[in-house]
Amino acid sequence: MDHLDLLEAESIHIIREVAAEFQNPVMLYSIGKDSSVMVRLAQKAFFPGRIPFPLLHIDTKYKFQEMITFRDEFCASIGARLIVHTNQAAIDGGANPIAIGTQKCCGLLKTRALLDGLAAGGYDAAFGGARRDEEKSRAKERVYSFRDEFGQWDPKNQRPELWNVYNARVDKGQHIRVFPLSNWTELDVWQYIERENIPIVPMYYAKPRPMVVRGGSLVSAEQEFMLLPGEKTEMVMCRMRSLGCSPCTGAIRSEADTIEKIIDEMKLVRRSERENRVIDHDQEGSMEIKKREGYF
Amino acid sequence: MAMTLLRFSTAGSVDDGKSTLIGRLLYDSKGVYEDQLASVAKASVNSSGGVIDLALLTDGLRAEREQGITIDVAYRYFSTPKRKFIIADTPGHEQYTRNMATGASTAHLAIILIDARNGVLPQSRRHAFIANLLGIRHFVVAINKMDLVDWDRAVYEKIHEEFTGFLHKIGAPEAVFIPMSARDGDNVVELSPKTPWFTGKALLDHLETVNADEDLAAAPARLPVQYVVRPDLNFRGFAGQVASGTFRVGEEVLALPARRRSKITRIVTWNGDLESAYAQQSVTLCLADEIDISRGDLIVPADQAPHVARRFRANCVWMNATALEPGRSYFIKHTSHQVRGVIRSVNFRMDVNSLERVGASRLQLNEIGEISIQTHHPLYFDHYADNRITGAFIIIDPLSNETLGAGMITGIEGKEEVRGQVSEGERSARFGHKAAVVLVEDTGSAYLLERELFDRGANVAVVGVAPANSASLAVAGGMILIVTSGAAASAIDLSGLATHEAVQHLERRGVLISQEEQLLEGEGI
Repeated sequence: MDHLDLLEAESIHIIREVAAEFQNPVMLYSIGKDSSVMVRLAQKAFFPGRIPFPLLHIDTKYKFQEMITFRDEFCASIGARLIVHTNQAAIDGGANPIAIGTQKCCGLLKTRALLDGLAAGGYDAAFGGARRDEEKSRAKERVYSFRDEFGQWDPKNQRPELWNVYNARVDKGQHIRVFPLSNWTELDVWQYIERENIPIVPMYYAKPRPMVVRGGSLVSAEQEFMLLPGEKTEMVMCRMRSLGCSPCTGAIRSEADTIEKIIDEMKLVRRSERENRVIDHDQEGSMEIKKREGYF
Repeated sequence: MAMTLLRFSTAGSVDDGKSTLIGRLLYDSKGVYEDQLASVAKASVNSSGGVIDLALLTDGLRAEREQGITIDVAYRYFSTPKRKFIIADTPGHEQYTRNMATGASTAHLAIILIDARNGVLPQSRRHAFIANLLGIRHFVVAINKMDLVDWDRAVYEKIHEEFTGFLHKIGAPEAVFIPMSARDGDNVVELSPKTPWFTGKALLDHLETVNADEDLAAAPARLPVQYVVRPDLNFRGFAGQVASGTFRVGEEVLALPARRRSKITRIVTWNGDLESAYAQQSVTLCLADEIDISRGDLIVPADQAPHVARRFRANCVWMNATALEPGRSYFIKHTSHQVRGVIRSVNFRMDVNSLERVGASRLQLNEIGEISIQTHHPLYFDHYADNRITGAFIIIDPLSNETLGAGMITGIEGKEEVRGQVSEGERSARFGHKAAVVLVEDTGSAYLLERELFDRGANVAVVGVAPANSASLAVAGGMILIVTSGAAASAIDLSGLATHEAVQHLERRGVLISQEEQLLEGEGI
């Protein structure tokens, strides 16, 4: 077995454990490439049966239109049950990253919405597509990550996790976040997408897009309120390495318009994928703070 | 371009250069991105000042950055064109034995760091001991900071000799020794000109080429059933990850605990059916016969059954601030199977510094010892030395839900005691049911039920007219006696029921031990 076979087998084992041991699991679906891989692994885990749990998308309403179109088509094509949850009250109250800052915006539209969405469904386990290679605080997180009644993660008090034996016991109101892709790297994900021919949002492929060039970053012009006075859009050949909300997701200049080219680019590129996510850099150790509060 | 995968563990104390070594491997293999390097340079604590501190690449959490130490297991990834590597990086100080054991549990190779200036310290020994206990069969001893002893070969040889003797003493496999300077990269990725006397490989070369595939393939085949896939009435498959060995289509298998035999008809995966399923593959098996198999059961080759027992001995690493107390009831989670169990005794504790057995009646946090366990229902297992999946279990607190400890099964317990009288409990553990007298008035139905129960492994017989002492006979033999008339009032009347209804009734009555572990809080042994 090569490295992808082993990663796949491990992830399928994890997904089956959760489906068997929890009353009411849900798979968080972010539309990104990692979610696409995770959903494929779930399809494989229960084949020829269907995925026995719903997918949950936390929609901030600032997602790119291409993402939403892809989401609806993809979920329909595989017969998955999709649940969409939005913190509509916060959006109605004018939450956006310019008005209230990225930290508060994420807190309301992602973390709060996620916790509310999980509570609304009464889920006792939630799969997420996070990988340990993404960010330093994630390197220490367990595959089964215990969350208390408030959805909080306590990095100093994690359950020991040995072999492939997972402790699935929770009391009412608590839940477990499960990361079946923990041991995958970004390169593994791309190689697997190529090998398995997994559909992904077209935004990962390079093409000329209307962008604002701001400092060293490329900012999407999709949300008009993000433009600063005097800024103009221009067509730039670029692609997204990581998909978040349109105001906070930068693009990279790239000619990679096929999976093969993306993988070649990956092998050369020396900048990590979350670098273009504005939110990770708003504070030293910011991912860890978000995670403690309940963010994925 | 098929890449293989190697998982290895590292452990070391704050200043023996372990984080620097990992940082070096990540950096030299281009496993670190530029912006991560930049954020390390920006980080508020930079203990070595000036040059980039490679250790900061691996110390993840805020608290650690503030204290300047690693406090938990961190997983790191890098790859070369030949291999993908997963590093389980753990701290070395004594209070974190549990992290070291956690990191070692999934590793196939351990790198043990020794500071050339300090020689073999208790901590290096402790790491090797724990890695060996957790079943790692490949050791690399990195004798680091050789630059600080002027690359003195005599220093290297002395440590080599001392540590080889130690590994031998604890029964660990032979190690590969490498003199290096992680800070400067000597003998890490490239062989260093400073050690012309060193004839081995550089560390990365060794990691890329070592054949650390455990003998999982050669071990008897085991498939712990995780999930029954049943999309419609025409398909019933048993999903799980092959723990060891190989299953083949057409092969005769045994399902435990039912002890029913059948043949594999299909090995199903999304990418198409397989002829064989190998160790570590996640597959779904279909069998020729309608056998009642559920999560927690074990499928094995018909001629290679594992041990089946309720009482066994295990090495235990205790991981909770509340000590292990004999007599208390815990959950034992073993493969996909969870049962209630009681720790009958702590037999001894290992002093991880002197490596001597010490008398003990409890195990405290980070202590390692041998325990005797009795579970409510039998486990089907192999010795941990033979199988790291089917020989391992975790201990869970039924109240707090915390994972309290990890166990590695070393043997079946109680052979001596078994020499005497066979107890009622032993009989029911073996046969999977309690003694009972049941009444089935129709003789044909009685024999159908007998066949059904017998095929499930029951000790059962149809005796026709009930003998006068049928109840005590049943208890004496641990039997289910099926009588067709003359039963006492205490007999269970199953007359008129279809066979499967009769079986369900016996399960509800607690005569047949249900194959699902429906355990209730407060249920004791």
